[in-house]
Amino acid sequence: MIRLAKDYFADQRDDDLKQLGQGLQRSDVPGHVAGTTTYFADRTFPRMLYLKMVRSPHHHARIRSIDTSEAERHPGVARVLTHRDIPHNVYTILILIQIGPEDEQVLAADKVRWKGEAVVAVLADSERAANEAAAKVKIDYEILPAVFDIDEALKEGATLVNEYHGNNYYTYDSGSHRKVRFGDVEKGFAESDHILEQTYWSSPIEHAPTETTGCVVVPEGNDRFTCYTNTQAMFFTLDNTSIILQMPGHKLHFVGGTVGGGFGGKVDVTVEPIAILASRLTGRPVSFIYSREEEMQISSPRAAEKIIIKDGITKDGRILARKVTGYTDAGAYSRHSPYGAQKGAAHYPGPYTVPNVWIDTYCVYTNRTPSSAMRGFGVTIADFALEVQMDKLARLIDMDPLEFRFINAYRDGDMKAHRQPTEGAALIECMQEASKTANWPVADRFMRMSSYKAEA
Amino acid sequence: MTKKVPIQITLNGEERAEFVDSGATLLRALRDKFGDTSPKGGCHQGTCGACSVMIDGELHLSCLTLAEVCEGRAIETTAGLAKDGVLHPLQQAFLEGFAAQCGFCTPGMIMAAKALLDHTPSPTRDEVVEALSGNICRCTGYEPVIKAVLSAARANSQKVA
Amino acid sequence: MPLSLRTVDTIPEARAVLATGQARYLGGGTLAVRAANEGDLSFDTLVRVADPSLGTVNVTGGRARLGASVTMSAILRHPELGDIAPAARAIGGPAVRTVATVGGNLFAPTPYGDFVVALLALGAVVETDGGTMALDEFLLLRGRFDGIVAAVEFALPATGTFRFAKVSRVKPKGLSVLSIAAVIETDADGTVTAARIALGCMADRPVRAEKAEAALMGAKLTPDGVAAAVVAVSHGIRPATDPIASKWYRREVLPVHFRRLLLG
Repeated sequence: MIRLAKDYFADQRDDDLKQLGQGLQRSDVPGHVAGTTTYFADRTFPRMLYLKMVRSPHHHARIRSIDTSEAERHPGVARVLTHRDIPHNVYTILILIQIGPEDEQVLAADKVRWKGEAVVAVLADSERAANEAAAKVKIDYEILPAVFDIDEALKEGATLVNEYHGNNYYTYDSGSHRKVRFGDVEKGFAESDHILEQTYWSSPIEHAPTETTGCVVVPEGNDRFTCYTNTQAMFFTLDNTSIILQMPGHKLHFVGGTVGGGFGGKVDVTVEPIAILASRLTGRPVSFIYSREEEMQISSPRAAEKIIIKDGITKDGRILARKVTGYTDAGAYSRHSPYGAQKGAAHYPGPYTVPNVWIDTYCVYTNRTPSSAMRGFGVTIADFALEVQMDKLARLIDMDPLEFRFINAYRDGDMKAHRQPTEGAALIECMQEASKTANWPVADRFMRMSSYKAEA
Repeated sequence: MTKKVPIQITLNGEERAEFVDSGATLLRALRDKFGDTSPKGGCHQGTCGACSVMIDGELHLSCLTLAEVCEGRAIETTAGLAKDGVLHPLQQAFLEGFAAQCGFCTPGMIMAAKALLDHTPSPTRDEVVEALSGNICRCTGYEPVIKAVLSAARANSQKVA
Repeated sequence: MPLSLRTVDTIPEARAVLATGQARYLGGGTLAVRAANEGDLSFDTLVRVADPSLGTVNVTGGRARLGASVTMSAILRHPELGDIAPAARAIGGPAVRTVATVGGNLFAPTPYGDFVVALLALGAVVETDGGTMALDEFLLLRGRFDGIVAAVEFALPATGTFRFAKVSRVKPKGLSVLSIAAVIETDADGTVTAARIALGCMADRPVRAEKAEAALMGAKLTPDGVAAAVVAVSHGIRPATDPIASKWYRREVLPVHFRRLLLG
């Protein structure tokens, strides 16, 4: 049910909101219900090849040798690709916005750093033949010790996950972590009546879209290729493909369209470069579509996080100091996680006005599946932790949890920890409406509050 | 060499024949040979329901059905439901009820719902939930879908009355 | 080798195809076609038997005989199998039930195979091309079984004596955290005179809860009466750990659901 509460801020706008509150038909729904919407895989081409990826069965191992000779001789096999075939094998997708170093291999050369890492790509006339040939690829591994969680990875003397970083954390221009410093937290804690420090953990979460990640590539002559893909990041993927294949962008024609569920899970560049290269080297159309098992095990999940929140509050409900240390488990490679960890730093201390704030956020490498974007990554788990913490703080001083939030809510003119003055907050009004809608009454003085300090 | 097998089916009322690979699933045959891409491959395990079709009036998962087994049988898919450009009441109800977001699960959902309404024209909410229980949606939540099926059933019964 | 389908008329012909070592028997396809789709290379031939008698249900003299190709939907439609319908309805969604067979369910690994849990409580016997054996015995040698199942047969339970529960995290359809089936007979004053109890997901295949059966004999189905059986039901179990539930969780909740089934 959509209801517009137009009485808030009524004097600040004309009442000409014609679309809000109206049901509007999605432009693509007629095709969805008729079964005529075209998804990337709704295309078939003569002489199509199917790509099957041979993946690491180990979390961390050195590759001693790769033998593809038997696989190459298997009936129906057109080509077998290894790291030697990739023009620019070591890449990182955020290099487009100058967030390096390049730290991930398209196909593993000397080491694998997570269970599922791509090592050899087999191309054959049928999926069956590709699977059979993939089973004949021989890779000799020397298994190395692996680290699986944030604490283990940050211990002194821990196994190094990713040599390109040199440490098991991402090095920002600010050092081993992102920092926010505002006021004096230690002074704030000293002045507080209560201090509560809690640790929050989350596990990786898979997006599990009904349509798995994939692409279909068709050679168009003159070294040009059309790539039909369900990426959620079209030009980002094109530019990264251009770097990996060392091909100018005008040779690459990317066709997107309707994505069968993404939720942030289709923004890593994992299928397009290798499929285009395969098409280029064979002159044939190539289909590379994740199996359901690959979608669940190989595609990037939301990162696991560890968040430590320490708060100092007064008995009448004012937060005087908040110290947050957040850790994002990037898995073996960066992908979007250095950005996710930074978003966390930008998001704490939450929508509250706290005079003394200290935030450290770390992007940590482990031998787990690389994590990446998913709906509000860097923020969603942070909010979970923050709001559970808010409830615990309210309980600590025997205060209604909603009233506790009214007391600490940021309002226009308040200085945020990032030294941006608050503007257009509207949090007070949202909570007032929520209080009425949820039938969770609060004291009158909170219902008379406003986001504007002058009126409070 | 993969053995090719001729198969003849009635697809959405039309007599069709193609050669398919022996051992190929009906899903692959419909999409790659018969040119009907309305059934989708979401899991190829029989778990997601995106590939649901009707075979001789019964709901089947085309990813678990071998094409050869369908010789001589009548296959219905979502692509065949609209007649002369007019949407089937289920399609209309999904369209009006915001019962599709990314749309990938929609053809399977509609076939599962049709299988229900063909036998049970005025289902209860529980019967709708049960009928859709083999179909996974990751975008909308199931509520709009359930409501759309109930609404299509009401529209149908009004037409009959 | 490309995959191919062989259709034969009789079980002995299918047995000959299976003897090549490269073939797998095709029932409804929920196990075999799924395996092929997922890249299982251990077989290149699927063999199916076109004999329609494998798909028939016979109910005579208080006994039911279900051909191996009888589907879960066929069981649900059969007017005389209403008492065991909840177990058939527990299998998959409607499209899976259209094809999932009784024979296939016999081979479904944990957490699948809920219908076989019911058959085990019903004391079913399995007819194979090599003879007939008790289901208990069949399940013990399942991994080594190289014959073909023709049918299962069991005495229909007296009205009100068959109980079945499937616990899953997704409603109404989801894989089993566990399933429990029981046939419990009582005399006029409510004392248990016979009990057969079977558990799903408490090992790699359905198992009997014999200690709980013994503990129920002579007891009443009251909170005090079932207490000993509720403790005994966990005896000897080796629950599975999989994406649905951990061994620990299954072990913790089994007595809870078993108690509810007895008192419900």
